Amino acid sequence: MYIVDRRLNPGGKSLVNRQRFLRRAKALVQQAVRDSLKDRSIKELEQEGEVTIARDEVHEPTFRRGSSGGNREHILPGNKEYLQGDEIERPPSGGQGAGGHQGDGEDEFRFVLSREEFLDMFLEDLELPELAKKKLTSGEAQGVRQAGYSTSGSPSALSIGRTMRNSMSRRIALKRPRGEDMLKLEEEIARLEALPGDHADEIAKLREEYERLDRRRKLITYVDPIDLRYRRFEPTPKPISQAVMFCLMDVSGSMTEHMKDLAKRFYALLHLFLKRCYRHVEVVFIRHTDKAEEVDEETFFYSRETGGTLVSTALEKMLQVMKDRYSPEDWNIYVAQASDGDNMPSDTAKTISLMAEGILPHAQYVAYLEVGREEDPMMSMGGPLMRASDLWRSYEQIGKAGGKFVMRKVHHRREIYPVFRELFAKRGMAERGAKA
Amino acid sequence: MTARKAVKLAEKPLYEGSDWNFDTIQRIYDTVEKVAGEELALNTYPNQIEVITAEQMLDAYSSTGMPLLYNHWSFGKQFLSNELMYRKGQRGLAYELVINSDPCINYIMEENSATMQTLVLAHAAFGHNHFFKNNYLFKQWTDAEGILDYLEFAKRYISQCEERYGQLQVERLLDAAHSLSRQGVHRYPRGSARDLKAEMARENVRHAQREKDYNDLYRTLPKATGKKAEPASARALALNLPQENVLYFLEKSAPRLAPWQREILRITRVLAQYFYPQGQTKVMNEGAACYVHYRIMTALHARGHITEGSFLEFLTSHTNVVSQPMFDSGRYGGLNPYWVGYNMMEDIARVCVDPTEEDRSWFPDIAGGGDVEGTLKHIWANYRDESFISQFLSPRLMRNWRMFKIADREKEEAMKVDAIHDERGYREIRRALARQYDISWQEPDIQIVDVDLAGDRKLVLEHHVTNGVLLSEKDADKVVQHLADLWGYEVVLNEVDDETKSSLKEHKARPRANGPRLAEG
Repeated sequence: MYIVDRRLNPGGKSLVNRQRFLRRAKALVQQAVRDSLKDRSIKELEQEGEVTIARDEVHEPTFRRGSSGGNREHILPGNKEYLQGDEIERPPSGGQGAGGHQGDGEDEFRFVLSREEFLDMFLEDLELPELAKKKLTSGEAQGVRQAGYSTSGSPSALSIGRTMRNSMSRRIALKRPRGEDMLKLEEEIARLEALPGDHADEIAKLREEYERLDRRRKLITYVDPIDLRYRRFEPTPKPISQAVMFCLMDVSGSMTEHMKDLAKRFYALLHLFLKRCYRHVEVVFIRHTDKAEEVDEETFFYSRETGGTLVSTALEKMLQVMKDRYSPEDWNIYVAQASDGDNMPSDTAKTISLMAEGILPHAQYVAYLEVGREEDPMMSMGGPLMRASDLWRSYEQIGKAGGKFVMRKVHHRREIYPVFRELFAKRGMAERGAKA
Repeated sequence: MTARKAVKLAEKPLYEGSDWNFDTIQRIYDTVEKVAGEELALNTYPNQIEVITAEQMLDAYSSTGMPLLYNHWSFGKQFLSNELMYRKGQRGLAYELVINSDPCINYIMEENSATMQTLVLAHAAFGHNHFFKNNYLFKQWTDAEGILDYLEFAKRYISQCEERYGQLQVERLLDAAHSLSRQGVHRYPRGSARDLKAEMARENVRHAQREKDYNDLYRTLPKATGKKAEPASARALALNLPQENVLYFLEKSAPRLAPWQREILRITRVLAQYFYPQGQTKVMNEGAACYVHYRIMTALHARGHITEGSFLEFLTSHTNVVSQPMFDSGRYGGLNPYWVGYNMMEDIARVCVDPTEEDRSWFPDIAGGGDVEGTLKHIWANYRDESFISQFLSPRLMRNWRMFKIADREKEEAMKVDAIHDERGYREIRRALARQYDISWQEPDIQIVDVDLAGDRKLVLEHHVTNGVLLSEKDADKVVQHLADLWGYEVVLNEVDDETKSSLKEHKARPRANGPRLAEG
């Protein structure tokens, strides 16, 4: 008998088959993934997810007998009352009949997608806008750090201290004659020569000694190539890949649940998207009426306030949070603002200047989403008859400059995904979209 | 009870608590082996125990229990659905998985407690292992020594085909082959057991021969003209019709398949055949293993090798495994093969040593014979579920189980209780239950009956409809479509009533033009 420990074998033997299955059912799975978005809060989005697709599409047919019709026999255990010849009413078809199949849930196939698979399916055909892309691909900057010493390198990296230390220990170890010893010897010789009397023998000895030392000094160099040490640098990834997303939302009385739902969907998509590109993504929720405050997700989406609207308060709040916690040097900053477009006329100038001068220069991308009622009578007329909101008109000046400020109107849930796609499609395409 | 040798009690139990390590496993295995030898004298393949994680168990589940198998999306589908059920706790994982190979591979999960490991070793490494090695169906149809090598060959061959002809082509071929794999077995033994090593060697020789024979000139021979259709009987003779092994027929005779496609059909067919005995011996195989583990665990306990606590733990899992909800309990989902098999084995052991008058008249051959182990081993070796039940289900068990039979006839308003557990009913219930396990009764009888090779090459199949139960229509249409794609020409499946010989239904399909195109050119 052998016992083999297989636990250390590479796992995931089914991975290939799993991927093949997902690829085969791709269209369905993608649809299921998009549908499942509506029940999730922003924070849940990054989790793995259970999805359900129609079993029919991935059913593997075989020749088997149908489950109804014909004459059948069943043997069952647990008879309590029946006698031979008794009649039993036929259970309604598809019910808990004997010999039936697995019962309910038969038309659906349920399974769990890992977080990666979920996101892949969800965002597969999306692209980052050119602007963001540049930043993102280099999202992981290559820093360098010193990592010890090496025996080779460029002269500029020569470490004098380390080299001299090596040189000194070598000189001591090999007993290289010191300069002062030589000097002493020289003085001694000079002294003897200067002395009267015959010191020729001693002088000759000393000279010999002097020459020996001199030879030695030449052999054992002061700094030898083997002493050289260079500072070694190692490339290390420096994590700058962090992003913060500011969700600004107008929660004044005019914002209906429907509008908030639209906004939420947009935030959710953006969050998912950023999550994929950055190692750290933080979300800051700021809601505002005529004053702004930072809140948690729950409050952000589900509480309602009444009051006037001052959009600038939200922008101010955001700038303050940014200053306190998210320095633009370290963070990629994204802003998504959702509003029904109402603003106090007196506030407009301030809003624009805050946006154009305070936020835009620091932000990676700013999206303004104007949410409307589901059935907007103005929409059906379309074209120039559509009255643009105050905020829309004000922002248009910034938007015209092109670049990282974009704005869209959304009235229906189904428009969210296309609009999002449009915003995050290639730059050229987005501009074309804006003209249309 | 038979007189047992007085056995010395062990000084201390094999393990305490639920933790185990490799030493414990070794000790448990050695003791179980010794006890199994003394109690039952089983004849087994050498064992190989492999410790795996829960995730690896899920992997193994999804590839029909095999340690290596070619890649296909349907195994991924299996994995995803098993995984969900496991996570939600709707289904526990099997504690063990055992492969009919030589050496016999036993997977045990790392999560099992020491007691569970003991149970698993007794159940799989001795119970199932003995059954695999001795049952006539396995002897006849499977090559335990060659299967692992063959699986490796199959995996390699199919992945080579994917490289050469594209993954999609291979996937479509496998889809079609899988849908027909139940029609890919020879039901009646011919010749000797399969030798899978020779199988691989044969493929190599075939391949070399094909290359040698290839001569471009043959393609340019002028076509014969004015050919008359041969009489159907001559065609049937030439093509060996009727043929129930559809995959075999396609592999040999489908006109438009490339050689590699034939080889893949062959692989699916060989595997289907390998699993064929398992489907026919579920009740017996599990019954034998449960009986063996119960005997061994009881003996271990009696000899002091396992503690009272461990024995209680064992009894709990044992009871769970062999439990059976009654039909009106709401949890009823068919008969549990473990329950049927285990209880029948116990009952047979009882009949051997302690028969009633009734048993003597029903089982004159074994009643009171006294040789429990010999009788059971004989049964394990020479029966399959259907014959086992039809011979050994005793009136006493039917009474204990309170079994009854319901007839559900299409033309009648209500279902009727046909038989209950009384004198008049025993034989009827036993016959009907045995039939539920008869694979040739369970699987629809579908045969290839004709093909017009000189004309439009239409392939004709027949389904012999018994008791008026037709094929599930949606499924049948899809499989016929697969069949047409493989065959390359039109395919017709007639459902013919067995008694009146009248045609009840027809399924037709033409090969898809821009759908899966299986044949090149």
